[in-house]
Amino acid sequence: MTVNEEQTTIGVALEDLTREVKALQTDGYRLVQIGCTDTGGAYEVNYSFDRGYQYRNLRLTVGPETEVPSISDIYWGAFVYENEMHDLFGIPVNGINIDFKGTFIKTAEKYPFSVTRRGGDQCRNA
Amino acid sequence: MPERIIVPFGPQHPVLPEPIHLDLVLEDETVVEAVPSIGYIHRGLERLIEKREYTEYVYVAERICGICSFMHALCYSQGIEEIMKIEVPDRAHYLRTIWSECSRLHSHLLWLGLFADSMGFENLFMRSWQLRESVLDVLEDTTGGRVIQGTCKVGGVRRDIGAEKLAEMHRALDPFEAQCRDLGDVFLNDETVKYRLQGLGVISKDEAYALGAAGPTARGSGVAMDHRETGYAAYGDLGFKPVVETAGDCYARCAVRVKEVYASIDLIRRAISEMPEGSLDVKVKGAPDGEYFSRVEQPRGEVVHYLRGNGTKHLARARIRTPTLANIPPLVKMLPGAQLADVPVVVLSIDPCISCTER
Repeated sequence: MTVNEEQTTIGVALEDLTREVKALQTDGYRLVQIGCTDTGGAYEVNYSFDRGYQYRNLRLTVGPETEVPSISDIYWGAFVYENEMHDLFGIPVNGINIDFKGTFIKTAEKYPFSVTRRGGDQCRNA
Repeated sequence: MPERIIVPFGPQHPVLPEPIHLDLVLEDETVVEAVPSIGYIHRGLERLIEKREYTEYVYVAERICGICSFMHALCYSQGIEEIMKIEVPDRAHYLRTIWSECSRLHSHLLWLGLFADSMGFENLFMRSWQLRESVLDVLEDTTGGRVIQGTCKVGGVRRDIGAEKLAEMHRALDPFEAQCRDLGDVFLNDETVKYRLQGLGVISKDEAYALGAAGPTARGSGVAMDHRETGYAAYGDLGFKPVVETAGDCYARCAVRVKEVYASIDLIRRAISEMPEGSLDVKVKGAPDGEYFSRVEQPRGEVVHYLRGNGTKHLARARIRTPTLANIPPLVKMLPGAQLADVPVVVLSIDPCISCTER
């Protein structure tokens, strides 16, 4: 039997993030991924969850220097995505359970997808 | 209390075809903690979306991985088709399903060989790869490529498989399945294989779900989750039930893949039998404006392509979450308690594809 997939995206404020994530975990959702999008001066961070092919996204919009709280105490496996957020985008994430402090993904450029990259970090190979 | 030492495992190691590093904290020979590290070959393919038109990026998506390349192209194409509301012809859906299942077959047979090699079972390794060759031959015959197929595109497929070739493939499936069942019989019933794998690298159903495990890693722990159930491509017409095992150990993850080989053969057989006539593609006009999280079940689990269009020929963002990245946290939880000599087997049991992860 085919199961219909549904996708919903709702915005979330920085101060509500951990509470909303905890509520999804309590409802039986699993963490699928955390991904960032550079929107030109700011980031959209999508926290994606799934339960029975119902796909829910919490969308957080933050500025380049904004510190984001870790959700790794709610979803233990979130550390891979949060370290990726830091290493590729330069977003500071506070309280990651396994914090690689910038060494999880080794790139030639310090923060290759950072909105502050131009005039900031220089490619080491340049 | 025994002295603790740290043994580096990878990024170069005889059982690892691709680079991943683990710091293994040991007490005597027993692993008490594992800390992973990736990023040795990060290619920044997501960023290439800014320099390629959305129709061209299918070629880049295919090159994310050399094993499930077709499925990356499919996932990307389906995402664009969803944003642009493109109706793909039925025949294209069926052809996509056949090539997807051929990819799964050769990926699982490749993994079974590598897994046998990690156990030191060389004959089983050679037999697995011998069978894989016949799947690669079919892919080469029908698409022109053994590794990169290049047949999937936004709006459909580029090549057809003629009636004569489909009939030939259908005839070949029975003897191929018999050979696969002989091979699977060794993986499932051989006492030495069972002795090596059962009870090793156990992860419970609740843990697997909570850690976000994907694919056979989740299904081997009893999580009945397979994105083919949503009916994308022709899976909705053909019907599909996930293969699930419950023990959560290396043997269960191996058993899931063995049984998925049989399931893929059955899906290909039915897709050939029910293949509709019709066109292969539709003309694609305009540019995508909107966003979609496209998901496809790859051999290693669910892959996610987040695609965001801005009304131009170039997408604003492509973000790819591969199943191996999702399976790293479960791997970190599987390793404590294992002996150092068993680490290669446990690591391989998630079927790590670092090429995908380092997209």
